[in-house]
Amino acid sequence: MIKPALPTIKLSAWRSRLLFGMLVLGLISLAARAAYLQGMNNEFLQKKGESRYSRVVEMNADRGMITDRNGHIMAISSPVASIFADPKVVVIKPEKLRQLAHLLEMSSTDLNALLTKENRRFVYLKRHIVPDTAEKIMQLKIKGIYLTSESKRYYPEGEFAAHVLGFTDINDEGQEGVERGWEQTLAGELGRRRVIKDNKGQIIDEDVASIRSPKPGKDLVLAIDRRIQYRAHAELKQAVLANRAKAGSIVVLDAQTGEILALTNWPAYNPNRRSTINNERLRNRALIDTFEPGSTLKPFTVAIALEVGKVNSHTILQTAPGTWQVGRKTIRDVSNKGELTVAEIIQQSSNVGTAKIALSMEPQTMWEMFNRSGFGTLTNSGFPGEASGILRPYNRWRPIEQATMSYGHGISTSLIQLARAYTIFTSGGELKPVSLLKQNIPVMGQRVISRDTAWAISRMLEMATQPGGTAPLAQISGYRVAGKTGTAHKLIDGRYANKSYISTFVGYAPASNPRFIIAVIIDEPSAGKYFGGAVAAPIFSKVMSGALHILNVPPDAPANNVITFTATPEMEDEG
Amino acid sequence: MFKLNIFLILVLIACALGVVTAQHMVRNLFMALEKEKETEQKLEVEWGRLQLEQSTLITHGRIEQIATEHLNMMVPATSSIQIVSINTAENEMNAERVRP
Repeated sequence: MIKPALPTIKLSAWRSRLLFGMLVLGLISLAARAAYLQGMNNEFLQKKGESRYSRVVEMNADRGMITDRNGHIMAISSPVASIFADPKVVVIKPEKLRQLAHLLEMSSTDLNALLTKENRRFVYLKRHIVPDTAEKIMQLKIKGIYLTSESKRYYPEGEFAAHVLGFTDINDEGQEGVERGWEQTLAGELGRRRVIKDNKGQIIDEDVASIRSPKPGKDLVLAIDRRIQYRAHAELKQAVLANRAKAGSIVVLDAQTGEILALTNWPAYNPNRRSTINNERLRNRALIDTFEPGSTLKPFTVAIALEVGKVNSHTILQTAPGTWQVGRKTIRDVSNKGELTVAEIIQQSSNVGTAKIALSMEPQTMWEMFNRSGFGTLTNSGFPGEASGILRPYNRWRPIEQATMSYGHGISTSLIQLARAYTIFTSGGELKPVSLLKQNIPVMGQRVISRDTAWAISRMLEMATQPGGTAPLAQISGYRVAGKTGTAHKLIDGRYANKSYISTFVGYAPASNPRFIIAVIIDEPSAGKYFGGAVAAPIFSKVMSGALHILNVPPDAPANNVITFTATPEMEDEG
Repeated sequence: MFKLNIFLILVLIACALGVVTAQHMVRNLFMALEKEKETEQKLEVEWGRLQLEQSTLITHGRIEQIATEHLNMMVPATSSIQIVSINTAENEMNAERVRP
């Protein structure tokens, strides 16, 4: 069979042209699309593509450490884990829920409430748990529960340095004390970098140009000596409790540089356990509370009188009969002391004597003395919330006010200001700036009184701690001690309260070459004793002798226990 | 001309493969570096923890407690301390000054 030849069909030419045209059109549109994607819309697509494999990763920056002057750690950040959940994703069996609740130390119902929160994609289950527990939680392999690493601040000293250091909140930001005052220095700055991850989530490459290096916080070296700090806090706490007082504070300064070697208050809190914190305990009383300094101010009145030549140490004043009428008010001494020299006025703390000296001077002269000694002005220690105290302008002083101010009433100061003021007696007449940070270069002071006056006052203050003075309990065997007691009625609602007192003592040792200034205040001692010499002076003595021992300060009044090695032993026999 | 082209194409392919190999090697090294960095981080954490532990162990309170309670130590009274001063001119003067 022969197939008949197919008849050739003549197609019309337009059909092939149409097909050709359509193909060309398709090609053009493809080319145009390609050009559009490649050329004009390229950036957007590049980004889209990159987001599939590249990630921005944060780089941790630790908060700086805080150390004491000898490099011992007082605050350090350590990593801890935080567990969070995405309630929308979480699927959990009741049994696992119980296990998880147990590990988190929460009740199952509380946990369940957290996990079923609606409209939330992020819930912290627990923050700052130890890494071991976190590991166990992740081994439960519950969907929607994740782990993140955070850092937590630890304070090895606990309550012993609480008020100095302060603490940070859960987000690692300083809230109190040094942590707050030096937040800028301590806080680190997170770094970032863009990296390429593979399908297993491993980082395989990074974009060098995108790296922003993390800036770790700087370490801070405080002036505090933690051994003295410990001694000060332990003695203060014991004394406050023994005297059934409301509160107490103590400040230890380096007598030559003004560095704060210790500063502590009671009541205190433990910064590692936030639950112990309340407002009463939080108060850094030594810096933010002001009080009337009482007799501890007398040396300044006498110093300016010596300086301007109104009196000298041996000038005799009549203080009998122990009272003195100024205007309509009467100034009283504890007892009738009769005729006293200026030195004895300080030694026995006579209000009448001091007032008489004060009223022989112009108010302006006294005001300038107090002002230059730093009363009424901030110490600029860098501490948050520091109080400046009140020193009223001299042109509004009435004679009675000038008289009472001379022995520390009608003027208010913080404990740190009072301690700072005493640097003029320990450093030969210069007021030294106080500092919470260790000073590596010698500090410049501001001259307030002459070296001779400073020395003369120092002699008087030494007499106050000797028999016949107000503070024999401040003595330390082996050392010469100088200091001044203060006992003031407490101001409550603008009036002097009858039965509440503030007992203070400020002193320094060794008197021949002072190393430490210690200021102690006990607020409302109510166990019978309330004189500064009976309440505050013993604390001074204990802390001071501790500090002198710790730093091996040679005694300047040895009690026949010095062995002197001489180059030629024969000489010894002759001597 | 044709031979040169073939040669150039081969060179091109070799170069391309070289780039790929280099990139691969870079990534391998980079991963190793990352791992080391991670180790470094871990060691730093450990170091911090040890420092914390050390400073907790050497707090003054703890040392004092151990010294007094376990070792029966105490601070000697001033009367039982002998002070040995080295005889220099300066010390001699000081001694003169404080002698009653």
